[in-house]
Amino acid sequence: MSNDDTAQPVAPTMHGVPLTDSLGQRVLHPSREQYVKVLRALLDETFTMCADLTAVDYLTHPGRTLPEGVVAERFEVVVNLLSIERRERIRLRVQVSEADPTIASAFDLYPGTEAMEREAYDMFGIVFTNHPDLTRILMPEDWDGHPLRKDFDAGRIPVQFSTDFPARSGS
Amino acid sequence: MSIVDVIRSGNEPEQGLKPRSQITARELLREVGSVLRMSEAEAAKLGDLPVDPSEDQTMIINMGPQHPSTHGVLRLMLELQGETVLRCKPIIGYLHTGMEKTGEQLTFMQGGTNVTRMDYLSPLNNELVFSMATEKLLGIENDIPERAVWMRMLLSELNRMSSHLLFLATNGMDIGAVSMMIYGWREREEVLRFFQKVTGLRMNHNFIRPGGVAADLPAGWRDDVLHLLDAIPPRLEEYDVLMTGQPIWRDRLQGVGVITAQEAQALGATGPILRSTGVPWDLRRDMPYLRYPEVEFDVVVGSYGDAFDRYAIRLNEVRESIRIVHQILDRMPSGDYRIQNKKVTPPPRARIDESMEALIHHFKIFTEGFKVPEGEVYVAIESPRGEIGCYIASDGSATPYRMHVRAPSFVNIQCLPHMMRGGLVADAVAVISSVDPVLGEVDR
Repeated sequence: MSNDDTAQPVAPTMHGVPLTDSLGQRVLHPSREQYVKVLRALLDETFTMCADLTAVDYLTHPGRTLPEGVVAERFEVVVNLLSIERRERIRLRVQVSEADPTIASAFDLYPGTEAMEREAYDMFGIVFTNHPDLTRILMPEDWDGHPLRKDFDAGRIPVQFSTDFPARSGS
Repeated sequence: MSIVDVIRSGNEPEQGLKPRSQITARELLREVGSVLRMSEAEAAKLGDLPVDPSEDQTMIINMGPQHPSTHGVLRLMLELQGETVLRCKPIIGYLHTGMEKTGEQLTFMQGGTNVTRMDYLSPLNNELVFSMATEKLLGIENDIPERAVWMRMLLSELNRMSSHLLFLATNGMDIGAVSMMIYGWREREEVLRFFQKVTGLRMNHNFIRPGGVAADLPAGWRDDVLHLLDAIPPRLEEYDVLMTGQPIWRDRLQGVGVITAQEAQALGATGPILRSTGVPWDLRRDMPYLRYPEVEFDVVVGSYGDAFDRYAIRLNEVRESIRIVHQILDRMPSGDYRIQNKKVTPPPRARIDESMEALIHHFKIFTEGFKVPEGEVYVAIESPRGEIGCYIASDGSATPYRMHVRAPSFVNIQCLPHMMRGGLVADAVAVISSVDPVLGEVDR
């Protein structure tokens, strides 16, 4: 009996990050610290376009399948990259904790993530550090809460109006 | 004080365009539309760059959200020096109705009614991408009957035509060719009349559903499509006479809103914007879905990345769509229009009258929906505006745990600050028009 038979099957990795397959689509699971480094490596690897950046709040569904070594957190930032040259896609799922919902911004590598990160901030309250202009994008500035969080009830809140319009200068 | 501290202190930052004295250098770079990063050595080679004027020489104005040429409720804040646009910031959210949140409350069966209202000019493409994502999670994406697949192709190509015809109409109106507006709406109406015959509605069809389509094509559909395909090409020739070769039209569009291939990719722009820069990227050809590999069509690309290229690309994509529809008519197979899988397909109407089980089955599927296995998937197709993607995370219940739509217009309007920088206010209208955003999809 050779050693190979007893050895654990090596979990696939890419750029030192666990790689899984979700219905035929490649998914990488970097940690928050590895996130920008992995993005940079993928950008050099012809993944020149960030097709989509969004987030998921796994508050009521904690027991999802993740590769070994990845600790499930409440939030997950999901990034879909596209390589036009190789006609390939790859997805990144980054775990973001509830206690410290911050993650580095991908803006310097993919300027097209500017609006998408603002949307993720607006909807989930995930703060993208070093984003040039992190403000709400879809909700009004004075909105309370982050609507796509699972603990934000749909249709059970009083309508919020923008009052307190700033007085016009001169009047 | 970092942004994190500001947000934690409860003071939400303002969304609007602020005076230069109040913003950081990074924010300024974003608002003047700088996309690519270069080293100091590279920047030095470019020599002296023009210096922006001081604040007392400029003014910040609002364009929209009720401006007729902003295609809905898009609000742009522009910093102007005279008539020159220096900075631009699109402000959106006026049409936000929380459709992604609504999508979490509706079952996969009902989801189509929700997504179809996002990009209301190409509703069938929205339904298609949602259905394809659901089918992939269910693992039935290869079992859809041939007729349903070809019907989906027929409808999505006709939808591309109607959407581009509306673009031609509004683009003409924005530039000042007002008669074009009437012609574009007129031709689009003919396509919508066919949709009404097939789906019962002009817009927001909810016709393409997980598992196939809602109904078979009505009697006489082939004649209707042939009538359309005969009527539209001569009208496209008329557009060419009216606009393409016309000196005023060319002067208004050529060299306006220029973007390079590298910049478009960095900003995530897809569809006609990316193709206008000369990148032959069309998901129908490059990451095929449905039966697109079996039909012949050309991917139309531009060379200058300006508003005229984007106009010409859309005009010629109507012609390509007509070509595809002709081939679909030749190939349309007979057979079932939806998958015969008891899990996702309601029983036929006639069975309900004779079978108690069928009645229960029908009741259960429309009240509780069907359960979709746990997993997450991202599916993207080519909508008239670019890559429309659907990301669904399922927890194994009958409603999506998270349903996110990657809206092409939402990403594409990020190109506006870049395209407008240094242009005239009058050209701003041409630039917005050439990006062709649909605000229902931008705000969702």
